[in-house]
Amino acid sequence: MSDDVIITPIIGLEIHVELATATKMFCRCANRFGDEPNTHVCPVCLGLPGALPVMNAAAVELAMTVALALDCTVPDFTKWDRKGYYYPDLPKNYQISQYDLPLGARGRLAVPVTGDDGVVTTKTVRVKRAHLEEDAGKNIHDRGAGTGVDLNRAGVPLLEIVSEPDMNGVAELLAYARAMQRLVRWLGASEANMQMGQMRFEPNINLNIESGGRTYKTPIVEVKNLNSFRALERTCAFEIQRQTAEWRKDPEGFSLETLGKQNRGYDDAGEKTVFQREKEEAHDYRYFPDPDLVPVTISDDWRETVGGTIGELPLARRQRFCDAYGLAPAEADALTQDAATGDLLDAAVATGAEPKRCVNLLLGRGAAMANERDCAIGALGVTGVALGALAQMIDAGEVNATAGEKIFAALADGDADSPRQIAERDGLLAVRDSGQLAAWVDAAIAANPQAVADATGDGKKQKKAFGFLMGQVMQKSRGAAQPSEVQKLLSEKLS
Amino acid sequence: MTDALDMTATQLRDAIAAGDVSAGEATRACLDAIERTDGQLACFNEVYADRATQQADRIDQRLAAGESVGALGGVPVAVKDNMCTAYGRTTCASRMLAEFRAPYTATAVTKLEAAGAVILGKTNMDEFAMGSSTEHSAVAPTRNPWDTSRVPGGSSGGSAAAVASRQCPAALGSDTGGSIRQPAALCGVVGFKPTYGRVSRYGLVAFGSSLDQIGPVTRDVRDAALLSAVIAGHDPHDSTSIDRPVPDYAADVHTPVEPLRIGMPREWFTDALDGEIAAALRRAAKTYERHGAELVHVSLPHSRIDVADDGALSSYAVSCYYIVCMAEASSNLARYDGVQYGHRTDQAGGDIVEMLCRSRAEGFGEEVKRRVMLGTYTLSAGYYDAYYNKALKVRRLIARDFQQAFERCDVLLCPATPSVAFELGSKTDDPMAMYLQDIYTNSLNLAGLPGLSLPIALSDSGLPIGMQLIGPALGEQTVLRAARMYETISDAADHKPSVTAS
Repeated sequence: MSDDVIITPIIGLEIHVELATATKMFCRCANRFGDEPNTHVCPVCLGLPGALPVMNAAAVELAMTVALALDCTVPDFTKWDRKGYYYPDLPKNYQISQYDLPLGARGRLAVPVTGDDGVVTTKTVRVKRAHLEEDAGKNIHDRGAGTGVDLNRAGVPLLEIVSEPDMNGVAELLAYARAMQRLVRWLGASEANMQMGQMRFEPNINLNIESGGRTYKTPIVEVKNLNSFRALERTCAFEIQRQTAEWRKDPEGFSLETLGKQNRGYDDAGEKTVFQREKEEAHDYRYFPDPDLVPVTISDDWRETVGGTIGELPLARRQRFCDAYGLAPAEADALTQDAATGDLLDAAVATGAEPKRCVNLLLGRGAAMANERDCAIGALGVTGVALGALAQMIDAGEVNATAGEKIFAALADGDADSPRQIAERDGLLAVRDSGQLAAWVDAAIAANPQAVADATGDGKKQKKAFGFLMGQVMQKSRGAAQPSEVQKLLSEKLS
Repeated sequence: MTDALDMTATQLRDAIAAGDVSAGEATRACLDAIERTDGQLACFNEVYADRATQQADRIDQRLAAGESVGALGGVPVAVKDNMCTAYGRTTCASRMLAEFRAPYTATAVTKLEAAGAVILGKTNMDEFAMGSSTEHSAVAPTRNPWDTSRVPGGSSGGSAAAVASRQCPAALGSDTGGSIRQPAALCGVVGFKPTYGRVSRYGLVAFGSSLDQIGPVTRDVRDAALLSAVIAGHDPHDSTSIDRPVPDYAADVHTPVEPLRIGMPREWFTDALDGEIAAALRRAAKTYERHGAELVHVSLPHSRIDVADDGALSSYAVSCYYIVCMAEASSNLARYDGVQYGHRTDQAGGDIVEMLCRSRAEGFGEEVKRRVMLGTYTLSAGYYDAYYNKALKVRRLIARDFQQAFERCDVLLCPATPSVAFELGSKTDDPMAMYLQDIYTNSLNLAGLPGLSLPIALSDSGLPIGMQLIGPALGEQTVLRAARMYETISDAADHKPSVTAS
């Protein structure tokens, strides 16, 4: 029986993204993470009697930016609704959200997915809706006795992006989640920092199983509030495995028809999900239009102005880098993780530099330094003009590749001089004087008879000895000799 | 100081400016009046004697220094206990907020103070403004100064009774379905509800957010115009406040509306209306007519009042109004959970759900609980379309009726209340009877229109009868001028209640 069983995971994802506005969604308190509890609060976000919300248009614009970048339909008219539920971190015991008229609907995101074979394909995930709401506060359990409530986060603008159940495995799910993180960062809509809770996931998972000519559907499981990619990955892998096992035990009973939807929670320590409640027991949120807020009218002008700020999106840029600059897909990927790095490359190429030469610098020393600093390559502080000049010097043989990396590092460390000034100042200009090169080669040969013997012999030490002599010459030139020239001269002298 | 107590706000302001009476004297006179009569009436939940005196003395100092002190310079004003002030308590006459001290002041109150008004204290009300008799106050029932065995109306009963009894010349109330106009009518004073959004709701503790509006309770129409001009205007803290310039209502309140076309809604002059009130209204209409006004019959079909065989009244407007206001109230009052502020039970034993439920059960009175439960029901999955959504549709029809009526007239003349002030306790066991007190007032809250009630006569039993004038949206000036016309050609305002401080 197991031979003809085809199991397809059906996965949808709700993503909550906190928008990077200066102030909160409905009051003018600072939108800031990490400060002392209850230091960014006012009558409005505390939900005090008589206080009224006033919409932050900047949040609506950021949300519109994301919605438009996701190809969503942004309606002419939208409104605010109250979603009622009681929880101590929700000061009004209702959340201002959007119910039937979300800011964005029916969009899509193209996602590069790397298969098990390493081949990258593009998966298009449909976006059902994207709506704006206010975040809740946070219950705190680690300060003194009992539970405290920190309302600094209460009222922070939160964009909820709901996908259709279009993902059929953990790889697609993760690729979608990462692509969304990249997109909102790219657009400047959110820092999407997982540790700060600026991006949170709620996947829903079930299985479509073809077996013995029949189709089975397992109960849909929704898991709330996952705040790391790892938790998302573990949750879904675990659920696929668990639901498969449950179905094998009881193919008729363990079905969507019988059990409906369920809520499970992620147990971080056990790396598994645990049962919470049947969906049917879920809250009745008693949505209704918020009478304290006026509806939002979105004109064509507004939509176009916001849409005009979006510019080139990651996948389009990736394709352009491959086509126009002749980059390998992996290189193009690495350069389109954020907007600034690609912008830097474009700026350098615009000075007339060879793209490939710039890319070598960015993905060599650049990537290493960015990794050390935990920032984007484009945020290292190197300008497009400097990068372009340096690449052109390398191309012209004015500095060698090693010297080029040194100069790049100096620029990234804030050196104010131009690449040429640095090269001159630090003696990194390539030495082309053949007399000088010959003198260094002769000196190296004279000082290392054993190496010379090895290098001219047939033994297995030949290559190593030649390399050693190369190194000696480079050392004498303090890195300024052009390695290809040295190699040529040394070969001649030893033959 | 009885002179000062008998003065209207405008007269008092002018007397203070002229140096005939000091602001300090006026405020002390009011404080003394409250001291003498409030034991009988229970108009005030809290009196800010020290703060008010200091405020008044400061006005006097500024006057002595030749400064101008504002449109209400030195005039003592009371505010309903559902408007937040950064001083004292804001209780909504509820056990839930008995100790609540707001950290900020409502925009309307800030505007009063900026215009030189002296805030005397907070007036009693039905809990969270839910009621028509002020008997639903967790503090005490307020008494009607015309007959202390009767209610002053509600929910702004404290404000109306305080102004009627000369404890103060003016007060602020709030009106969700008639809560300014009905008590004003029952207490023989002027009550004005401006257009929805004309006065900022910021700092007004919400009951039915799409209906609530702050307005003045005064002894004459001129004062209603004066206070309205002070408190009206756009507020960046209230997105629903109207961003249009505010005319100087007081400056042209004396200019008659000429020609004046008065609409009489035929659905409201039926057998359902008390005969004595109907007669008084018709006399008032005739008075207008004698002074050149044209009377026209208009129709408000969706505000029609039906009388069942057993005499029970019903109306689409009342049904629609209670669905909307209860739904909004159920959500607005969800925040009172004992977590951050307000009453918290000491019986919860560490369980959050129990803490929340008990705190609400102990903190809210019966009428508030009834409305929260009904409102929660109408918003529940499966009932939303049948109740709330349908009510919104009816609401649009009611508003359209008014629009069509105003194509043929400038103001509507109609009853403010179905009866004169009733006995305490006579309706507390019958919520529907209490709800029907709003039958002539809540339609215009649904339509968002301005409405004013002014005293026009005394009943045979010696109780005030009010007349309601309704204007189109932003028609405050028309309503005030038409009301002032009547006031100057009649003598109804000259009567005084039996309990007065002056």
